[in-house]
Amino acid sequence: MNPVIEVKDVMTRFGERTIHDGINLHIDENEIYAILGESGSGKSVLMKEMIMLIEPSAGEITVLGNSLSHIGFKEAQALRSDWGVLFQFGALYSSLTIAENIEVQLKEYTAISKEMRDRLVQSKLALVGLEPHVGSLYPSELSGGMVKRAALARALAMEPKLLFLDEPTSGLDPIGARNFDALIVELRDLLGITVVMITHDLESIFSIVDRMAVLADKHVVAQGSLENVLQSQHPFVEKFFKNEYTKERFKDKIKDV
Amino acid sequence: MLGTVLQIEKELLQIPSDKKIVWDVSGISDFDSAGVLLFIEYYERLQKETDVEIVGYTENQKDMYDLLHRNIPPNEPPRKTGILEKLGKRTYEILGEMKNFITFLGHLFHAIFHTLLKPKDIRFKETIYHIHQSGFNAIIIIALTSFLVGMVISYQGSVQLAKFGADIFIVDTVAISITRELGPMITAIVIAGRSGSAYTAEIGAMKITEEIAAMRTMGFDPYTFLVLPRIFALMVALPLLIFFADLIGILGGMVAASMQLDISMALFTQRLYEVLEVKHYLLGMMKGPVFAFLIAAVGCFRGFQVSYSTESVGLHTTASVVNSIFLVIAFDALFSVIFTELGL
Repeated sequence: MNPVIEVKDVMTRFGERTIHDGINLHIDENEIYAILGESGSGKSVLMKEMIMLIEPSAGEITVLGNSLSHIGFKEAQALRSDWGVLFQFGALYSSLTIAENIEVQLKEYTAISKEMRDRLVQSKLALVGLEPHVGSLYPSELSGGMVKRAALARALAMEPKLLFLDEPTSGLDPIGARNFDALIVELRDLLGITVVMITHDLESIFSIVDRMAVLADKHVVAQGSLENVLQSQHPFVEKFFKNEYTKERFKDKIKDV
Repeated sequence: MLGTVLQIEKELLQIPSDKKIVWDVSGISDFDSAGVLLFIEYYERLQKETDVEIVGYTENQKDMYDLLHRNIPPNEPPRKTGILEKLGKRTYEILGEMKNFITFLGHLFHAIFHTLLKPKDIRFKETIYHIHQSGFNAIIIIALTSFLVGMVISYQGSVQLAKFGADIFIVDTVAISITRELGPMITAIVIAGRSGSAYTAEIGAMKITEEIAAMRTMGFDPYTFLVLPRIFALMVALPLLIFFADLIGILGGMVAASMQLDISMALFTQRLYEVLEVKHYLLGMMKGPVFAFLIAAVGCFRGFQVSYSTESVGLHTTASVVNSIFLVIAFDALFSVIFTELGL
């Protein structure tokens, strides 16, 4: 299977501060891949490098077969409509309604008629579990959970092959978070997309994530499936996965390691 | 109780430090972190001078002691920065800002060039919206300020001119100063305060909510979508406003002249025909697009500089207005020199 994303020897420096010192990972088609790590370990930076918001200081990132450091303007534009990004706080355009937010790319990049666009918007709203009337509201009129759903609907508008989620379940209530997880799995199974997400949510990590990379000390200190990661002796992995709470809560999953 | 800290400290200071001290803490029934900190400080201070033995502590107190002891930051005196260091740092920052502004201009000209080749990419709807917002909606404030400025010029000038009996020259004074200098400048300054600041705050807020990052991931170039409509809009709106300000400013002068010098409006208008050459008006209007570009470019640039805090929106909005007003005045001076040298 061809990797959808390949990260090779990526280094990132901000001034004198080194964030990444040789990151290597690959993400396969149709999997749910999580990036975890302590705050400040450069998870968001790594994701921003994958979606061309930040350029790494050195190294190479390949997304859907395009090398990001050699990509031309046209290829970059095409690539950008092949992925969807869900920002941590939604980043919905505050001057547009939810429906306009969802259809903005369709309007800019396709010749789809207004009626068809409306229908697509409604189907996306239904897909993420929002009522049809939400479409006419502005982002400031929605609750935190609804903003996340609306932002996910927008991320799905262009039928992406690749979905980036920045802390999709943070700020949601526990039930909302589990529903969101279920939705992500459903989307992956239905639409065959690849999901890359940054998360701290143990529930998501133990239930829906296929493979993951753990960032700490500027490196990937553990990666692979949950079993592989649990074998790591790194202090962060110990602290994150092998504390009393996690051991107790997920004892059936941890004990067989 | 936190309030007793001072009292206890006073008593602790009276402990003589020339003998061995045995500190019995078994009488402590209740304690808080401030108490333990006080204990740590005096324990360490006394230890330097004499032997101290602590007796009668409980496990609980020991734990608290260990916790706080570990987390006491080493007491380093803050490093003093000299005037030279501050000067160097500030200079370096200013150079960095200039570099950023040049980068911004580079992006901007690239976007302008790109849209000129592909006029379909011009965001007409947004441009019209901003013309309405920054131009049409500013008419009342522009009218008010230019009317008052025209009156003031005429009023002050007439007092001086009356001394020489050269009353009628008030028309020359008002007409030429308003059309050539004051109309464009007053309009530009009002618009810098009104629209330049708005551009910074709008773009800054979008940056904080990550809307700009979202645009980039969707392949919407923020320069094409946010900056160009504002710049084009202001370059259209400002000359129109200047034309309007010229008219109202001269009207203000006319009103003041008729009040102060009894120069009738008919006489004023007749004299106006004779003295106001078209070139004065055109030279003033020429400044319009230049000022508009400066104000809008600085406003947008400062907006993009906002970092992820609400405070920086305020700081950059202030900087935006100050910078653009300064640039407007500096360029006005530059125009004056150029026009004079060219004999215009």
